Amino acid sequence: MTGNDEMVPKDPRGTHVGNKDIYGRKITYSWWEPEVQYNWALGPAMSRFLEELKKGSIVGRKCRKCRRILVPPRMFCERCYNPTDEWVKIEDTGTIETFSISYIDSDARKIKDPIFIGVISLDGASPKHGIMHYFGEVKADEIHIGMRVKAVWKHVSERTGAITDIKYFKPLKKGGGKK
Amino acid sequence: MSRKVCVIGVGYSDFNSMTPDIQWKEMMYGACQKAYRDAGIDVRKDVDSFITCGEDYWEGFSIFDEFVPDQIGAVLRPCMTITGDGLYGLGTAYMQIKTGLLDTVLVEAHSKISDLLTPGEIMLHAMDPIFDRPVTGPVQRPRYGGSPTYTKEEPKPLIGATDEKQRVHPYFLAGMEMQHYLRTTGTTEEHCAQIVAKNKQAAFHNPMADYEANITAEDVMGSQYLFKPLKSLEISPNVDGAIAFVLASEERARELGVEPLYMSGFGWCSDTPWLGTREFDGGYAAKAARMAYKMSRIERPREMIDIAEVDDRFSFKELQHLEALDLAKPGEGAMLLEDGELGRDGSIPTNVSGGSLGVGNCYEATGLQKALEIVVQLRGEAGRRQVDDAEIGLAQAWRGIPSNSGAVAIFQKGGA
Repeated sequence: MTGNDEMVPKDPRGTHVGNKDIYGRKITYSWWEPEVQYNWALGPAMSRFLEELKKGSIVGRKCRKCRRILVPPRMFCERCYNPTDEWVKIEDTGTIETFSISYIDSDARKIKDPIFIGVISLDGASPKHGIMHYFGEVKADEIHIGMRVKAVWKHVSERTGAITDIKYFKPLKKGGGKK
Repeated sequence: MSRKVCVIGVGYSDFNSMTPDIQWKEMMYGACQKAYRDAGIDVRKDVDSFITCGEDYWEGFSIFDEFVPDQIGAVLRPCMTITGDGLYGLGTAYMQIKTGLLDTVLVEAHSKISDLLTPGEIMLHAMDPIFDRPVTGPVQRPRYGGSPTYTKEEPKPLIGATDEKQRVHPYFLAGMEMQHYLRTTGTTEEHCAQIVAKNKQAAFHNPMADYEANITAEDVMGSQYLFKPLKSLEISPNVDGAIAFVLASEERARELGVEPLYMSGFGWCSDTPWLGTREFDGGYAAKAARMAYKMSRIERPREMIDIAEVDDRFSFKELQHLEALDLAKPGEGAMLLEDGELGRDGSIPTNVSGGSLGVGNCYEATGLQKALEIVVQLRGEAGRRQVDDAEIGLAQAWRGIPSNSGAVAIFQKGGA
């Protein structure tokens, strides 16, 4: 079925179906919006993690068996399958494991200011343990794997107990250090 | 196909109407940890394959299978999620072991339904969008064909905060089906009320049950009509909880020194989703049972099955399912109930666990709750609710509103 009057598309890449085809009901469609709302109970590990973020601190959990310090914290170690044992304070500095720079949004529209996102291994946690977050105060030609970064926190009055209580991570050294 | 499949471990979390103190992952972890301990195995070495049963919409995650490995011990191991009741998981594990390629398989299912604020809407979302949903209440067409936008001043209303949408609760389907069942079999509303009293009383002997109650059929009859003829006490209330099973080949069970308890048959069946052309007679259960009986060589189910746990998420469903499963003739369920045959000391003890009416509706874990009771009974570990001389047991689960599908599993002590 096509939204155009002519069945043979002029554009070899295909026939574009636009809003006027849909709203004009040239295409048979049905609409429904489900009311879907969740309220997940977070349990001890996530709850404590978010509480600590509000205070401007990051915590992990230690598994005594494999001696790893897990961030984000969890009540069980997925490797040993044992309950984790103790809370450990983690630094808000770390190293970029990997990153990407996104130029379009989720609806494929161009973003004016590209968004820098990546994974940071946090100091004080086991290797490859950390969080995914934004990067700021850094240029596209400076950011690199291995770059040392530090959290930029929201003002304490603005924190809500969410991962976004950290605004972004910025380079520890001006200019971003060596690549 | 001669290889036999055994249940070597079971475990379950606490069952509660709400579980605000624990995350769903931790709940799954609790159940699986107990099942591995029960089986006496080290999950990180001894399990060949992992199966969880979960529905994205209940959980609130798309691609829910992505979120399960950690808490079941399956990180970097063969793992899959089935969108369906836990019995489908058991059936899949059964087949995996039957292939001879895998020896030990974990099956897990759970309900964390208290995390979902709008279960009724999710069930409506499972109905046909063209023919059925519009008849359940207004479907407002937005101005521009897409989703309406909400502003800070006029935010999206929370469920219950507005009269804007008067949609019926999808459980009206159960009312329709009950109406049909009563009419075609001559069963009365009082009979269905007795089922509720029986199961909620039985639940006092099951520490897992969350909805035990000292009530009579009169109490049930006096409860409010919600979907006539279905009354409020005839609907199983929601519960949170996780259940895990470890299945293994018979050889593996013997290596572990576990007394084999066999899963000897499995069947499943799906009817058409068209509400307008449905039989409303539990035909899905009949076909699933026939498949499972054939596999288990059960020619005369009424005589051979010692104990049954059938889906009773609505009172009449227990009787309808018993008849579909050929454990009673059509319309005979009510008579067996009156004669006390469905009680612990009867000829076909049914839902001595308290059923879903007594334990609670644990959604995708419903089938595993039924199967768990059968395993506990066949092991002789059911305490005050123990059925004497139980050798062969049946567990049956329906896929729930608005489905017309379900599965059956048969378990046997020795022989098989």
